[in-house]
Amino acid sequence: MQDQYKINIRDMSFFIEKKQIIYDLNLDIRTNEILSIFGPAGSGITTLLRALNRLNELIPGARIEGDILLDGKSVYRKEVVLTELRRKIGMVFDVPTPLPMSIFDNIAYGARLKGEKNKKVLSDIVERALKEAALWDEVKNRLKTSALALSGGQQQRLCIARVLALEPEVILLDRPCSGLDPISTAKIEDSLTQLKERFTIILAPHNLQQAGRVSDYVAFMLMGELIETGKNDDIFANPKDQRTSDYITGRFG
Amino acid sequence: MSKFRENISKYIFLALAFSSISALALITIFIIINGIPIIAEVGVLNFIFGMSWAPSHGEFGIFPMIIGSVTVTLGAALLGVPIGICCAVFLTEFAPQTISRIFRPAIQLLAGIPSVVYGFWGLLFIVPMIRNWFGGPGLSILAGSIILAIMVLPTVISITEVSILALPRNYKEGALALGLTHWQTIYSVILPSAKSGIVAAVILGIGRAIGETMAVIMVLGNAVAIPESILDPVRTLTTNIGIEMGYAAGTHRQALFATGIVLFIIIMILNATAQYVTRKKK
Repeated sequence: MQDQYKINIRDMSFFIEKKQIIYDLNLDIRTNEILSIFGPAGSGITTLLRALNRLNELIPGARIEGDILLDGKSVYRKEVVLTELRRKIGMVFDVPTPLPMSIFDNIAYGARLKGEKNKKVLSDIVERALKEAALWDEVKNRLKTSALALSGGQQQRLCIARVLALEPEVILLDRPCSGLDPISTAKIEDSLTQLKERFTIILAPHNLQQAGRVSDYVAFMLMGELIETGKNDDIFANPKDQRTSDYITGRFG
Repeated sequence: MSKFRENISKYIFLALAFSSISALALITIFIIINGIPIIAEVGVLNFIFGMSWAPSHGEFGIFPMIIGSVTVTLGAALLGVPIGICCAVFLTEFAPQTISRIFRPAIQLLAGIPSVVYGFWGLLFIVPMIRNWFGGPGLSILAGSIILAIMVLPTVISITEVSILALPRNYKEGALALGLTHWQTIYSVILPSAKSGIVAAVILGIGRAIGETMAVIMVLGNAVAIPESILDPVRTLTTNIGIEMGYAAGTHRQALFATGIVLFIIIMILNATAQYVTRKKK
């Protein structure tokens, strides 16, 4: 059973200074599935995602207890190289973060850092990543123009393409559609469902409907605690915990 | 009653605001009235590109001083800007809080040292050092550039720092999440994104350097000649006014005001460029 899990989170607690953000959390994440972690704002979902690629370490006073295993090995081991870890676990943020350079360079950047110089290989990588992120048709004639000139939805798909080009194993998406219109959102959700064949995807959806549409598994977090987790249909159809049921039916949150 | 008080306070503020603007207007008009006649008499091109400055013989060419100002300022920029930018990057990206808490006020303190003290220190310390190490009189472009480089540091550092801190936090996180190292993030994301602020910092620093008078009077040697190396003494536009104002009269005095006009225009162009560059970003 163990080998079909990509990530195991073990008794994890997270603190900033003396404030506890996440309480004793255990969660196993399956390979090649989409897991949606939902809950009201301030539940620690973003913190949880950022603990996986160790981005939380930028926060002064941040401290973690417990452990997070990627393929059975702790990501907090001493010998882990941060830059390699972050290429394995790619992340897309709630606000699109294109780099101040051309569309092509944005996506080729990661591959170039790995030492890839061959132009043919690079443009293949860029084309494939853009196609997977459902952006290729819109930008194929202007790859050399600045990425900052794209619309918000296009910028976000560019960010997804950029993560895909790194050939990660896990993709974290932190409310990737929060600022986007329904059509852009639909495009991103479509590409997510195709991408799960190659990647393990962890999504913080921007609403329950999105969680329902794209996820295989869902997890409900409240005030830094994992309340309940299970298959998408099970949780939404008959939640076991009263708080989950209250949240899903809109009684609070 | 309260409407009356609103109006009164509005007009008081208006009057005070006008007084600061009118100071600018008065100075500008005064300089122009006093300086224009001599430029008209000598001719704009002869005044700006004339090689000889001998007011007692009726020769008013300020080209050597323009060269002086440009070389000293350029030297100050070459020395001061890289140090300033690196310092700002260090403070925003690398320094632990305890260190930046000491560094920031210390750098602001640099701006508070009177320029005459810089000049005095330069004369007693930098000038002899240049004389002993490189030869020449010591009073030189190099000495002036070193002093000015130190004096522009607070401007360059604080404006660069502000423009880096103003970047959205997710720029940096986005780059780090891509697996870039800290250093790759700095030179491929942070510095290019803060470019317009950094350019403005450099231009304002140059504006400060070109306008500085007291410190450079003491270390430049003030010879009116086209320099052949950075170890030669020069005179700048500002020091020309500072040195000769005390005894100048008649056309000589007018020529000094005309020098002021040229300086004024150069600094206005620099400031306008800085404003344009920062505004273009939005």
